[in-house]
Amino acid sequence: MAESISRISTAANREQAQSETEAGVLRRSQRRAWGGRLLFFSSLLALWWGLAASGVWSASLLPSPAAVAASLAEIGASGLLLPAIATSAQRMMIGYVISLAVGTMLGLALAQVRAVDETLGPVVTGLQSLPSISWLPPALLWFGAGEAAVLFVIVMGAVWSIAQAVRSGVRSLPPLTLRAAQMLGAHGPRLWWHVLLPATLPTFLTGMRLGWAFAWRALMAGELLSRSLRPGVGRLLSQGRDTQDMAMMLAVIVVILAFGLAVDRLLFLPLERVVARRWGVEGA
Amino acid sequence: MPVSIQRVSKTYNRYGTSVDALDDVSLNIPDGQFVSLVGPSGCGKSTLLSLVGGLETLSRGQISRTGQPAIVFQEAALFPWRTVLDNVAFGLQLRGVGKRERRDRAASALRMVHLARFAEAYPYELSGGMRQRAAIARALVLDPTVLLMDEPFGALDAQTRALLQDELLSVWERTRKTVLFVTHSLDEALILSDRVVLFSARPGRIVADVAVEAPRPRDTADPPLAALQRHLRDLLAAEVEKVARAEMDADWEGAAVTAPSPEQNVGADI
Repeated sequence: MAESISRISTAANREQAQSETEAGVLRRSQRRAWGGRLLFFSSLLALWWGLAASGVWSASLLPSPAAVAASLAEIGASGLLLPAIATSAQRMMIGYVISLAVGTMLGLALAQVRAVDETLGPVVTGLQSLPSISWLPPALLWFGAGEAAVLFVIVMGAVWSIAQAVRSGVRSLPPLTLRAAQMLGAHGPRLWWHVLLPATLPTFLTGMRLGWAFAWRALMAGELLSRSLRPGVGRLLSQGRDTQDMAMMLAVIVVILAFGLAVDRLLFLPLERVVARRWGVEGA
Repeated sequence: MPVSIQRVSKTYNRYGTSVDALDDVSLNIPDGQFVSLVGPSGCGKSTLLSLVGGLETLSRGQISRTGQPAIVFQEAALFPWRTVLDNVAFGLQLRGVGKRERRDRAASALRMVHLARFAEAYPYELSGGMRQRAAIARALVLDPTVLLMDEPFGALDAQTRALLQDELLSVWERTRKTVLFVTHSLDEALILSDRVVLFSARPGRIVADVAVEAPRPRDTADPPLAALQRHLRDLLAAEVEKVARAEMDADWEGAAVTAPSPEQNVGADI
């Protein structure tokens, strides 16, 4: 009896020790990844600094990192940057929500109705490869030079990858999942809401992420090109061009990059992690 | 009769060719009976289950049944984004049962399959046998008159399968549901059921319909059961050979199928 208890407790200890080492290994590998990253980016910065200081290119073509940082601080302090970010973010929110709604409906229709897939399917594939900024000139005429035109361009950027993702997600569901849902009495809109959408969430998220990236690019191009709009981040870039202020242009590019990265890291990545963990086991 | 199947035939049309899956099958199942459907693979036994469950439409004949049957499939097909409890409660949710009541009822269904401890777990945290028990609870919670089971233990290892067979019997003894149980294992059918219905090779017809009266728990080595098993095994082997003959080249010698194996998995999907 006593012997068996001690055996159990050693087994438990061993297990605990093992999980500790596993956590340790994970922490170490994460630390190493961050160390590598830090090294990489600081060497990149150093290279930039060196090139700028070498005087091969003039400062108006290749400003130093310090000049870009100063410019960033300057547009920040001038009160231009934050409202511009707010304006762009607001456009993205509205355009993206519309894209999600339209893309999801379209994707479900493509997946579930053969006639829709046969007719609209190739159109969706085609439009996905069309740079959505191409829609800006006609949109300006259709909707006038205002918010509606730029929203249209955002939606045209995001909606297709979302629809494609929903379509392929629903199509690749295990047939038994559908039969189980049917057996339990899920039909029509409730089948969509309670089964199809959650079941396709992993694929859906990939499409959402892709759609977001396309929409963000489309918006930046739209803001850069259209001068009649309320100024967003893209407009700051064109202001930089007007004043031939390279440091400002690079500073704005940094802002655009940082915004895109922040949304990806703070919104999509955590979502994907949760979903991947829970949906992880295939055919559960 | 909770299930009455009258002269049912089923023909599939695929890419211009028609395949007869079932031919003129009639079966009446009285209340509370545990019936196993056995036959070579592709004999239409699963098709018959889908027809009774209303998942497919029949070509000829008539099926009447009491209420909407619940189905347990070969794989649990749980929804990975729901906890075990919410998976079990989903059918009730669709029927408009209030949150508190459906959680209570789902919890008691889980207790019936001894899975209450894992109510808040997600399917990926469960073993194959536990998932299948959750699937049984998901069917039981709807309180169907008829429970349809389509090779529910076919994907499990032998030990887990034996455990779940015991568990299924104890659930059935408590609830006395009418059960239609499809299996390719003659042993499983003999251990579980009141009645074994043997199907021919495609198109499926009923070859034998025998009552199993031995008291439970059963052992297929007991003489009366062993005799019944031999009888059915010979019938089944003949049907399996027909399937094999249709699949093999003309120079095949045949007959090797009759060699007894410890686990009569004749008709298992190859």
